[in-house]
Amino acid sequence: MLNVGQIEEGIVLDHIKAGKSLSLYHYLQLDKLECTTAIIKNAKSTKMGKKDILKIECNPSLLNMDVIGFIDHTITVNVIRKGKISEKLNLELPKEITNIIKCKNPRCITSIEQELPHIFILTDHEKEIYRCKYCEEKYISID
Amino acid sequence: MKHLMSPLDFSTKELDQIFDIANDIEKNPKKYAHICDGKKLSTLFYEPSTRTRLSFESAMLSLGGSVLGFSDSTSSSASKGESVSDTIRILSCYSDICAIRHPKEGAPLVAASKSTIPVINAGDGGHQHPTQTLTDLLTIRSLKGSLGNFTIGLCGDLKFGRTVHSLIHALIRYPNVSFVFISPEELRIPDYLREDVLNKNNITYKEVSKLDDVIGTLDLLYMTRVQKERFFNEEEYIRLKDYYILNQEKMNLAKSSMFVLHPLPRVNEIAVEVDEDPRAVYFKQVQYGVYVRMALIITLLELV
Repeated sequence: MLNVGQIEEGIVLDHIKAGKSLSLYHYLQLDKLECTTAIIKNAKSTKMGKKDILKIECNPSLLNMDVIGFIDHTITVNVIRKGKISEKLNLELPKEITNIIKCKNPRCITSIEQELPHIFILTDHEKEIYRCKYCEEKYISID
Repeated sequence: MKHLMSPLDFSTKELDQIFDIANDIEKNPKKYAHICDGKKLSTLFYEPSTRTRLSFESAMLSLGGSVLGFSDSTSSSASKGESVSDTIRILSCYSDICAIRHPKEGAPLVAASKSTIPVINAGDGGHQHPTQTLTDLLTIRSLKGSLGNFTIGLCGDLKFGRTVHSLIHALIRYPNVSFVFISPEELRIPDYLREDVLNKNNITYKEVSKLDDVIGTLDLLYMTRVQKERFFNEEEYIRLKDYYILNQEKMNLAKSSMFVLHPLPRVNEIAVEVDEDPRAVYFKQVQYGVYVRMALIITLLELV
């Protein structure tokens, strides 16, 4: 059994689909933050069989919750303060996301316009479909 | 300040107001001949489109206004690398309203977000061409008397044709409109339209591959050309383009009250002999295009 120490202040993302933690690490831009992060892959889970966990020691306000909601809104978010779970956050699919994903449509204005933010709008909540604000191309995840 | 990016930007009630103005312009053109005196329309055409650009210019000139702009990107600052955002900020200082055509999808929305004048999308790639849809709706409403209770056949390139997609989106908002889609297997309507638009809204439709089989059931027939520029392969284009040609023989199978519309330009999908048939209204449709653009300019400039 692998043991990872407790964190004093930060966030624990639990019930991440097995194999998704690394892409979440990049989407949250944790590689650019000076914080201690533990990536636990393929942990045993009674609910999911296998799951990933991310333990991030940092000020929780530094993390963009919309990113986590967009990647998987069923992830459990535990906010840790003074070494204990102080809050559990319920995630929702964000209605709009900016500069998290890029439009891949070569005919879209985002492919040529300087410094234009890549904005995607949630157009179908049930099917979890996001479309580019400009060209309305559907975002298809490659993960 | 309102812009026009998509035909769905206006409610059916707002569209009715625009169409009422357009019909009034048709009856009383003199009443509107000076309503835009001193106003300027800029036409930012980053790709050539003679018909749409001249329709906008004709509309503004008929309202007493004037026109400035460019007709392809090589004669604009875009060739020096200027962004759409910067160009529209500049044009906002030069004119009162702007019509923009751009090969990149969503460019008019970028322009609208930075503009201090109303922006009209005059076509953005394969995405939207709302003034064509408004033209189609006005033509149908003027000739049929209302926008509902009819069966419309859409024939030709239903896969890539943006005018067809926009028209479907616009028509499902009206009561008792049913669709017959007539196309080769390769050019059928996209899945998302079938599933997310038609099925989701319980719209009556059928898909067939022969115009002859259904033409007698239609109240309206909307013909489209098979656009060469949508194909990567010339052989595919040549194989498909002649599939659905409307000629007098087929017209003889149609109702005497059926109207034929076409967004133009046509290539060979409507035989020239059909032009003389009183049910062929595609050139009237061009005239309605000017009226609806006139009504749109007046509405967006809040002159009525």
